[in-house]
Amino acid sequence: MSTVLSEPKLPAGVKLPIYMDNHATTPLDPRVLEAMLPFFTNKFGNAASRNHSFGWEAEKAVDLAREQIAKLIGATAKEIIFTSGATESNNLAIKGIGEMYRERGNHIITQVTEHKAVLDTCKRMEKLGYRVTYLPVNADGLIEMDDLKRAIDDKTILVTIMFANNEIGVVQPIAEIGKLCHEKGILFHTDAVQAVGKIPVDVNAMNIDVLSLSGHKIYGPKGVGALYVRRRNPRVQIAAQMDGGGHERGMRSGTLNVPGIVGLGAACEISRLEMDEEATKLKAMRDRLKEKLESNLDFIHVNGSMEHHLPGNLNMSFIHVEGESLLMGINDIAVSSGSACTSATLEPSYVLKALGLGDDVAHSSIRFGLGRFNTQAEVDYVADKVVDVVQKLRELSPLYEMAKEGIDLTKVQWQAH
Amino acid sequence: MAYSDKVIEHYNNPRNVGQMDKNSSEVGTGLVGAPECGDVMRLQIKVNPDTRVIEDAKFKTFGCGSAIASSSLATEWVKGKTVDEALEIKNTDIVKELALPPVKIHCSVLAEDAIRAAIGDWKKKNTADNQAAAVPVAVAAN
Repeated sequence: MSTVLSEPKLPAGVKLPIYMDNHATTPLDPRVLEAMLPFFTNKFGNAASRNHSFGWEAEKAVDLAREQIAKLIGATAKEIIFTSGATESNNLAIKGIGEMYRERGNHIITQVTEHKAVLDTCKRMEKLGYRVTYLPVNADGLIEMDDLKRAIDDKTILVTIMFANNEIGVVQPIAEIGKLCHEKGILFHTDAVQAVGKIPVDVNAMNIDVLSLSGHKIYGPKGVGALYVRRRNPRVQIAAQMDGGGHERGMRSGTLNVPGIVGLGAACEISRLEMDEEATKLKAMRDRLKEKLESNLDFIHVNGSMEHHLPGNLNMSFIHVEGESLLMGINDIAVSSGSACTSATLEPSYVLKALGLGDDVAHSSIRFGLGRFNTQAEVDYVADKVVDVVQKLRELSPLYEMAKEGIDLTKVQWQAH
Repeated sequence: MAYSDKVIEHYNNPRNVGQMDKNSSEVGTGLVGAPECGDVMRLQIKVNPDTRVIEDAKFKTFGCGSAIASSSLATEWVKGKTVDEALEIKNTDIVKELALPPVKIHCSVLAEDAIRAAIGDWKKKNTADNQAAAVPVAVAAN
């Protein structure tokens, strides 16, 4: 170790700042950008224009994208509905199914660690007179199939359970849920934003009826997403939530975002071809990061099941260190924290709390989201930096000192404020 | 969140980190906040029994950068003051000095509470009838 105080030389493969927040969004793959560019300029036609070549050209590009997306999830092109992103897809799925199947029942089942786009939509449904069951998760972040079985009643029309969680990367038992819903004749929607393109998704093998996906989580553009809507066995109907020109089989009006859609298609195509190799690489880097942190630090906690897990995700709590102060110390690395201080609501992560973790553990959590463009050199840099800053902050932490002295922090009478 | 230069400076070079013997009669200890709230401050003062001047101060803080900076600044400010002068330090002074944004005002409140709690603890130890221990602790804004 050099003791000379000078600008440290960065190892090869490391350029600061390092982006390791790929669950929030991903950079656009240059290959995707290349596919999109002509559709901003020369190929600007409206895909709904039926009587000239500009329209035909746009429609052809959109049809190709539909094929590319469908292929990635085992669907057919006609089952893909374009939207502005996964928030819209989730809204359309839940509200559209609720409205369409209202006479059959009014009960919806979801679970507590869903994204807000699902949870808040479900809350809206409750205001509209629907009943919603929010299933709990176990300490690993997984729902229990028995809970789901018990929750189903004769008024249940929809089960909506996310494929993989955006904070803790935990992958739910989607095939089992799909099988159960199929047997019971209940529609199954999954918010698969974090899973599509990262791990195998097959709507038929998994009995998924409706699925939300997004462009910008898979190295595609922002502002474009899709909803898979099953056409046979059963044929799912969705009431449009926006009135207009009747685009997308009447389910989603509005002129198609052709460049965005071309980008989403290209991103899906790349993911389909490279997913296996990429997942292996990401998992190896994630495990390396985990191992380095675990071997250099005490009082750490891995959040969520590591067995049922996205390859690029690591959510770890550095107990006795507050998340925001940790982020401040590693400000050349872009990651997220479950700390209240980093959220607009000043509440710690509801996902981590749902696992049964105390607020103090949630406050100490960091989400690492590894992606396509991260390198092993970056992983090593991040691990060293995190270890360094955590150690520094623990020198400052009265809680770490007390824990080291063997004081049970749960027995201390804190003066909450 | 963008931090002020002063917050960053205190975060990078915290003053007076450490601990003193909490059983010493010259030392007053204030432990405020709670882990589930995301911040805990421990501020200690060492008071000269004759002059009532705070001769040394130490802190440790679990919390965000603003909480660390607020407590670091508090130790700087109390040093050299008498306990009565130290009680004059207001959270708003800390807000002003560190340019804390509205969402971080509670960090300054906690630092003021820590000063009061430390002084209260010292007074408790050094008052025969223990009556003077009642130093009012500001009600923290939630």
